[in-house]
Amino acid sequence: MRSRIREFDSSTLNESVQNTIMRDLKAVGKKFMHVLYPRKSNTLLRDWDLWGPLILCVTLALMLQRGSVDSEKDGGPQFAEVFVIVWFGAVTITLNSKLLGGNISFFQSLCVLGYCILPLTVAMLVCRLVLLAEPGPINFMVRLFVVIVMFAWSIVASTAFLADSQPPNRKALAVYPVFLFYFVISWMILTFTPQ
Amino acid sequence: MATPAAPAGGARNGAGPEWGGFEENIQGGGSAVIDMENMDDTSGSSFEDMGELHQRLREEEVDADAAAAEEEDGEFLGMKGFKGQLGRQVADQMWQAGKRQASRAFSLYANIDILRPYFDVEPAQVRSRLLESMIPIKMVNFPQKIAGELYGPLMLVFTLVAILLHGMKTSDTIIREGTLMGTAIGTCFGYWLGVSSFIYFLAYLCNAQITMLQMLALLGYGLFGHCIVLFITYNIHLHALFYLFWLLVGGLSTLRMVAVLVSRTVGPTQRLLLCGTLATLHMLFLLYLHFAYHKVVEGILDTLEGPNIPPMQRVPRDIPAVLPAARLPTAALNATAKAVAVTLQSH
Repeated sequence: MRSRIREFDSSTLNESVQNTIMRDLKAVGKKFMHVLYPRKSNTLLRDWDLWGPLILCVTLALMLQRGSVDSEKDGGPQFAEVFVIVWFGAVTITLNSKLLGGNISFFQSLCVLGYCILPLTVAMLVCRLVLLAEPGPINFMVRLFVVIVMFAWSIVASTAFLADSQPPNRKALAVYPVFLFYFVISWMILTFTPQ
Repeated sequence: MATPAAPAGGARNGAGPEWGGFEENIQGGGSAVIDMENMDDTSGSSFEDMGELHQRLREEEVDADAAAAEEEDGEFLGMKGFKGQLGRQVADQMWQAGKRQASRAFSLYANIDILRPYFDVEPAQVRSRLLESMIPIKMVNFPQKIAGELYGPLMLVFTLVAILLHGMKTSDTIIREGTLMGTAIGTCFGYWLGVSSFIYFLAYLCNAQITMLQMLALLGYGLFGHCIVLFITYNIHLHALFYLFWLLVGGLSTLRMVAVLVSRTVGPTQRLLLCGTLATLHMLFLLYLHFAYHKVVEGILDTLEGPNIPPMQRVPRDIPAVLPAARLPTAALNATAKAVAVTLQSH
């Protein structure tokens, strides 16, 4: 029997920080494009990474903060709340799809669900811009429309990536919790009003 | 793994008779490679003797490696010769041993396959069970079948959480010392798990034929009625409508659960105790969920309680003027609420 030699692969250790960051950012950007134009591809699944979901989650949580220091008036979600909802929601959905017999790995599923929050983050940006105008029913209708469209986009995107990993007759069972998850996030976005 | 040394037993003839057991262990392996799992075996030997033994083993291994190294000299160019290779080998084995132990522990405790049979359902089955949860069956003479699955109940609890959030937001509930999401999740899961356990305990006392899984499934599907009622009445705020739905839909799902439990219990007292408790808790929970987040009632509460609000309390508010979803005559409603409060206070 031969002895095993551990080869120290230092090919990526010695490159400059800028190279590493640019490479990772390009990978994240490529996946964003895949989410915005969902096709049946397994790019998200093959090289999963959790940078994109982290960036999106932090952005969303920051934008959803009320900004008021006075804790008595806190009715809206705080940073930690949004963070916990997103990550524990994603973990729950992943466990559910694995228990239903899906053949997707834990982190691949987290990656897909996290990246598909991108349309909702865009909706949050648009809502914040719209809220700068005067409040009123038209304001609300515009925000409602934007959030509904982005909500549908998120679900379509995540279904395009996740559906293939489920047994064919149980796709609805795996998609329903995804629907609930994005519904809760959309609801948080829609009911956000800056003080 | 290094090539096995020349007769391992032969080299240790000078070890002494008291190490006979240890020798057999190593001989059984058939190789002179250090076996990490046997390192803990200190039966009948002291530390110094162990160290000596290991040193001897290592020397033998080095000899064996030296012989091998001469043949594959080209591969070790640039590395540190035998010592480097030995170090890597030892490190490699420790890594393997650690990994094996970690994966054993992981597969023991984090095995989700335990739950897999409870999620083995088809969409058609879930749909039919949802509809059946609203239809009370009259046959109480022999035990009715309860499907032991957890997918439906779990999804219903999450749906209830989502509906509750919607209701809380619409009525501008403010939670002190807590969060909306936390309260919603705590309420729904607390009810499902807590009441299931309590009724299971009562069923144990009353000799009812039901397992914990079946109770969880039964109560979970009973929440379907709650979801429907709350979804409708959080959007259409009419008291009469709510009471009607409470009796009809809530009553139907409660009757179904009661019928199932009656079919599995013997004796009138036991049946009464078990089913009465379940019916009371189930109907009261629906009442609580509706009224805890109701707008007009909160306006009255605010007027009655005044500024002395103890901590950990929901602070209700008057109906806001800019709520876009409902075009209510807020001034009129506030005035009515205050008038009612004044009338109540004067009694």
